[in-house]
Amino acid sequence: MPNTIPLSWYLGISAALFAMGALGVLIRRNPLIIFMSIELMLNAANLAFLAFARSFGVLTGQIFVFFVMTVSAAEVAVGLALIIIIFRNKHSIDVDLMNSLKG
Amino acid sequence: MNLTLILFIILAAVAIASAAGLLISRNTVYAALFLVLNFATVAVFYLILGAPFIALAQVTIYAGAIMVLFLFVIMLLGADKLPSSQVLPWQRPLAIVLAAVLLVEAGFLLFQRLQITAGLTNPDASVNTTQALQTLGLELFSQYLLPFEMTSVLLLVAMVGVIVLTKKEKGEPG
Repeated sequence: MPNTIPLSWYLGISAALFAMGALGVLIRRNPLIIFMSIELMLNAANLAFLAFARSFGVLTGQIFVFFVMTVSAAEVAVGLALIIIIFRNKHSIDVDLMNSLKG
Repeated sequence: MNLTLILFIILAAVAIASAAGLLISRNTVYAALFLVLNFATVAVFYLILGAPFIALAQVTIYAGAIMVLFLFVIMLLGADKLPSSQVLPWQRPLAIVLAAVLLVEAGFLLFQRLQITAGLTNPDASVNTTQALQTLGLELFSQYLLPFEMTSVLLLVAMVGVIVLTKKEKGEPG
């Protein structure tokens, strides 16, 4: 199957997804959705990595994406645990209520 | 217009639409399902880019494990129907303007540097996939063995950290 998709199209999709993730972090108040937007941004970066890896014909990009996935899995586990203990203490997870350092 | 191009355009539309759905959906469960759809379309992008291992890892790790964790926490907290707080009037327009600036900036850099990327071959899936997979595994376990082992330590630390964080103290209510 011949393939004629230019590299810049992949980068354009990646930039659009990243900008939407950043918008989600800025406009939403629910920390779970903010977290999901961060995952969206990581995913956009991964897409750019793989497009460049394919263009340069190297595998390093794929290996880096693998490590990004592992680190984001660890990050999500810790972040969701923090959200759970904040909910336990404040009975709400609205980010506007998280304005004090005391529990 | 060949088949890959049509597939690419459909996938791009679904990816952008599901990301928009994540941003505007009121219900957190719907947002999570939109994100699963987005991850699935990005996994197909990875397949087009000739990275089957990463595509399957995307489906199992992101769309599988991470999103199940998200849904589990959403249902545990009942966060799908939390009351929303007072919205700052200027926050949403300002955020949209800032995101548009970010997008324009990224696009400008992209097209300004296009002469650098123009010399590269366009990404395609014409590689020998089995051979590429073999090379990937060999590199991961030879040249990148130390980072690979470090990720296992990182995951262990995250696991222990989560257990310590969410453990209730003795006599603590709730």
